[in-house]
Amino acid sequence: MTTRWTRTPTTAPAGLFPRPVSRALGWITLASLAVLVMFGLGATPPDAIQGDAVRLLYLHVPSAWLAYLAFGVTSLASALYLWPRTRNIAYDRIAGASAELGVVFTGLTLVMGSLWGRPIWGVWWAWDARLVTTAVLFFLYLGYLALRRVPGSEEGNAKRNAIAAIIAFVDVPIVHFSVTWWRTLHQQGTVFNPDLNAKIHGSMAFTLWWGVLAFTLLYVWLLDLRYRLAVLDDGLAGAELDLAIAERIAADSPAREPVAATVDAASAARVEGSAR
Amino acid sequence: MSIWSEARLVAGKDLRIEARSKVTLTQVLPFGAIVLLLFAFALDPDRGILTKAAPGLFWVAVLLATLLAVARAFSIEEQHGARDALRLSGLDGGAVFLGKMGAIAVELLGLELVLGIGVVVFYDIRIERVGVLLLAALAATAGLAATGTLYGVLAAGLRVRETLVPLLLLPVLAPVMLGATRSFEAALGGTTSDAWPWIELLGLFAVIYVTMGVLAFGPLLEEV
Repeated sequence: MTTRWTRTPTTAPAGLFPRPVSRALGWITLASLAVLVMFGLGATPPDAIQGDAVRLLYLHVPSAWLAYLAFGVTSLASALYLWPRTRNIAYDRIAGASAELGVVFTGLTLVMGSLWGRPIWGVWWAWDARLVTTAVLFFLYLGYLALRRVPGSEEGNAKRNAIAAIIAFVDVPIVHFSVTWWRTLHQQGTVFNPDLNAKIHGSMAFTLWWGVLAFTLLYVWLLDLRYRLAVLDDGLAGAELDLAIAERIAADSPAREPVAATVDAASAARVEGSAR
Repeated sequence: MSIWSEARLVAGKDLRIEARSKVTLTQVLPFGAIVLLLFAFALDPDRGILTKAAPGLFWVAVLLATLLAVARAFSIEEQHGARDALRLSGLDGGAVFLGKMGAIAVELLGLELVLGIGVVVFYDIRIERVGVLLLAALAATAGLAATGTLYGVLAAGLRVRETLVPLLLLPVLAPVMLGATRSFEAALGGTTSDAWPWIELLGLFAVIYVTMGVLAFGPLLEEV
């Protein structure tokens, strides 16, 4: 008799890549982040105007890039889920995992931008088009994540999530366009001075691009981990349901069968039911 | 039956329910009026801030009332298995969307009219360029109603519906809020030509979300 619901699974959950690849990716990511830290804090010179504050550039720009990449992947995965020929629950999980990363890194971008803005512009926040767009983006996908947390049937939820992701994605260019328009129509000379960043030192440019690369690796690695977690989560929900059904059956039957045996029966019944 | 007559059928049903239950009239409308009053408490009425900010305050009040109108439009489908009946009616999903959206839009337009009078009276606003105002209000209302209906059905039947819909809806409506406020500002104080780009943006927004609603409403209605 098997009692797989009590045992820790011996096989790792399926990820986007095989386990060794994921592990290697993790080490490469950490190494490239270490290189980024070395270059960002050591090898690059302080900025002529901004001083050491410019070092935030090496984190701020890559994390903003990561946020956009993540939301792009969410939209693509959602579209692939909605397309009948490519419909697969894996795309829903990828969309969710990517959106979570996107929200986290959008938040980080905002916080780092704010920390950077204080010494350079003298304010924590400016009503600049890019800042406002990023803030709206943050809330747009925060809502999407809240929707994803709602319990329900797997297929129904996945379809709803995918449609919500597409609705949000379509709004992004409209928000960007309208906000840019708003700030340029009413306010001349925003705080972003193009001359400020016009000349960038060779090692600074390298570090910036290295940061983008390292963060992209970080994204792929975290996406895989989060995806595995989503698979485990779904498995856990199923196992808990099996256990609950088994306990219910055991409570009803006078013979008092061991719970473990009925769990398997319940699991079989559930699988049969969902196959129909 | 064409999609339009089916949509009229659904809109007629919703508006008839509102005409009989008077929830929009006795709850949503007073809510919007109170919001206008609250703004006067928050911003000193003597300094002319209210007059200057009137277009924005008006649209914030409309936006908040929209949340209630959307919640109401979908709570009537929850009772007595109305949503199942709607699903079984054989009506086209797109037509149901247009119908529900139309009913919400009619309610919002009525609300805007009353709140507009309120703004004129309380905030000392002189109405100018009625045509521009009307056009902007129509385009903005179409966008509000379309996105509201879309998110309304998306969250229909969920236990967290009341708290989820505002979180989903408000960020999406940021461009509508901007466009409606700027075009009203331009019509009331500035130059008419400043209003046109914003009205075009509002129109574009409405067209995009009406199209998405017509496409997505059927599949969403099928979900429990």
